[in-house]
Amino acid sequence: MSLNTITVTIQRGSGANGEQTHTDTFDVPSYTSQTVLDVVSWVQQNADPTLSYRFACRVGMCGSCAMMVNGVPRWTCRTHMSKVLVNNAVMIEPLRNLPVIKDLVVDMDPFFDKWVAAEGVHHGALSREDPIASIDTSSDSRTQANAGIECINCSVCYSACDTVTANEDYLGPAALQRAWTLLNDVKDEGRKTILDAVSGSGGCHNCHSMGSCTVYCPNELDPMSAIAGLKRETAKRFFARRK
Amino acid sequence: MLNLPLYVAQRITALLMAPLVVGHLAVMIYAIQGGLDSAEILGRTQGSLVWFLFYGTFVIAVSIHGAIGLRSVAHEWGGLKGILLELFMWLVGLALFLLGARAVWAVTYA
Repeated sequence: MSLNTITVTIQRGSGANGEQTHTDTFDVPSYTSQTVLDVVSWVQQNADPTLSYRFACRVGMCGSCAMMVNGVPRWTCRTHMSKVLVNNAVMIEPLRNLPVIKDLVVDMDPFFDKWVAAEGVHHGALSREDPIASIDTSSDSRTQANAGIECINCSVCYSACDTVTANEDYLGPAALQRAWTLLNDVKDEGRKTILDAVSGSGGCHNCHSMGSCTVYCPNELDPMSAIAGLKRETAKRFFARRK
Repeated sequence: MLNLPLYVAQRITALLMAPLVVGHLAVMIYAIQGGLDSAEILGRTQGSLVWFLFYGTFVIAVSIHGAIGLRSVAHEWGGLKGILLELFMWLVGLALFLLGARAVWAVTYA
């Protein structure tokens, strides 16, 4: 163990019911290959057991541990401290654009509600009696579907999106990317439902293509291009209807 | 706050404006060769159906495009919602149209 320490500032409280959030600062021992989640866990286990935060898998699969690190949304379990330290210090806050429950825990309900509102659910037409649908793995639509399929619902893109900040009805990058993935999946029969769902007042047309979603996605997915795809498909349908 | 019809209207008017802006700039550069002269400009535009249609289309496109764009700004930066937001969009569109249409009429058929 190294005797070096780093200065970690963490936002506390919820800001709800007139309560002001505040920050606490901790000196945390520094290790090689230490992640931001390691640091938060050290604080909770060694300095302040009342610190609330959320994590599960610790290996970048579950999407539970995203937080703002020096003002940037990140998956904390796979972010090395060496990457984010500024003057041997770091600021950790709860994810932006979501209500804070306490400390570093946000309420993910609006994020998942919008996922459903964008019809990011399976629209199956087959029963268990039917044969399994065959997939042409080299088709364009499958390539498009595959591009977004590794989303882990971490809400980093939702938190990074300035349009979400300014427009509370906007469905956001993750939900729209899932809608685009399903639209391109031959096993999904919800084309009309999906296109209707993403064409409303909170739909894909609100996206200003600023691209923060694509820049910050920890899995290097590209929600901005997925949203552009939805814009194209909805516009095509808009003109097709009028022929 | 931007739904599909508004999105399509804004994109179509953008497509219309792109060549009109290029034409407008090209004529401006051509027209100021040898100095800017209002009589020369009016000589070109007065009674001209072509310039009436050129700038008339421009004004209509700008009114629609600008009103929809400012609607997004008013909602996202100004927090306007509901009927106020609709009213704002229509007022901006109408004001842009009246200002532009008055100018187009003044240099063509007035």
